[in-house]
Amino acid sequence: MSVYLTIDGKTIEAAPGATLIDVAADNGVYIPSLCYMRGKPCLGTCRVCSVKVNGNLMAACTVKVAAGMEVAVDDAEAADFRNALVEINFSEGNHNCPSCEKSGRCELQAVGYELGMVASRFPYRFAKRSREDAARHFFLERDRCIFCQRCVEFVRDEETGRKIFSIDARGWKAEIVIDVALADRMTGERAAEVAEMCPVGCIIEKGRGYDDPIGKRKYEIKSLRQRVLDGETA
Amino acid sequence: MSRRSEADTTFAHDLPATPMDPDAMAAREDKIQVAMIALCGCWGCTLSLLDMDENLLALLQKVNINRSSFTDIKKIPVRSAIGFVEGGVANEENIETLEHFRENCDVLIAVGACAIWGGVPAMRNMTPLAGCLREAYVDSVTRPLEQPPTIPYHPDIPRITKQVYPLHEVVKIDYFIPGCPPGAQVIRKVLDDLVNGRPFGIPAAINRYD
Repeated sequence: MSVYLTIDGKTIEAAPGATLIDVAADNGVYIPSLCYMRGKPCLGTCRVCSVKVNGNLMAACTVKVAAGMEVAVDDAEAADFRNALVEINFSEGNHNCPSCEKSGRCELQAVGYELGMVASRFPYRFAKRSREDAARHFFLERDRCIFCQRCVEFVRDEETGRKIFSIDARGWKAEIVIDVALADRMTGERAAEVAEMCPVGCIIEKGRGYDDPIGKRKYEIKSLRQRVLDGETA
Repeated sequence: MSRRSEADTTFAHDLPATPMDPDAMAAREDKIQVAMIALCGCWGCTLSLLDMDENLLALLQKVNINRSSFTDIKKIPVRSAIGFVEGGVANEENIETLEHFRENCDVLIAVGACAIWGGVPAMRNMTPLAGCLREAYVDSVTRPLEQPPTIPYHPDIPRITKQVYPLHEVVKIDYFIPGCPPGAQVIRKVLDDLVNGRPFGIPAAINRYD
């Protein structure tokens, strides 16, 4: 049995218990996100998918649709909230797109484009965070990490099931750390998937660099919005 | 802010110049005045403006570029509608120039990564200024070995700021065009919208931060 809800005033039929962000995408409404990956459990860390549900701001990846739900995506307050969250990520770390290997296939950058962001409203902090190159497959550029926790939750050692990435310390001292011994057991293909999963240029695959020429990079071939609306993971 | 007496200084804009053709000057009078400058940047954004090729001719039907690197005019000669500023703020002269632009332009546009967040020059924000100067002038392997290491200091050399700042942290900025450099089509879109009274907006398809 389906339920009926409205998104921006339009009545939509959906399966009960479906995730709001997926239902919106299936009905042609793009909701930006930096942590959600379609088909994987909700993380709810970035809050960039915030929309108004029955008048309250909620992260659309955490909401299960229900009958009679009134959802507003195209809402001035919600849109400003989403923009502010994306802008604060640009200020908090060092997102130097012109010199970043991930440029053109970075979700943070692509979401910025989709939201029409031109500059951050917050002062740029020029964070100093250590880098790491100990793992066989990866560089960690920690000043680009946005703490989405995709790598923490979705990357595990195939044999033992143990987590490979984790967050050490709290607040402004927090940083992503890698279990080098476990990470080095990964195949090259898996390592490429893991680096691709990182929505920013924090987990960088060694040896890849600036392979794709400008104009032929991931989100230039097909925009993030179109990928989301087509039901792809990102 | 200049620490040198203006009495012993001759500015290029005060030098005698060949009078302009009166007809050409009259044709420019009704146009929208645009002033341009690069602060701490590479002039790449200005070159990108030239990349709009023949579209520049259509734009020049409506605008007149006064102060700019193309015209070699060193001070904004008349109240201007638009100020096109690339590069970040990295020294005292940049602050002085930016304030001159703010005072003489109705609308200021920050163009490019340096103007918006500091860009490549802002890489020095990660290191204290003394360390940057030491690396460049004292510990540098390419410094002239025949003289003792010297950090340049002279009243004619603008003092550099401790950090590189985005323009909007120094004066009010009205619009931003990101990119390193922004593509010609983005610059054209923004200028064309402004001179035709349409609202500012950069669609996702052409918005680029690199």
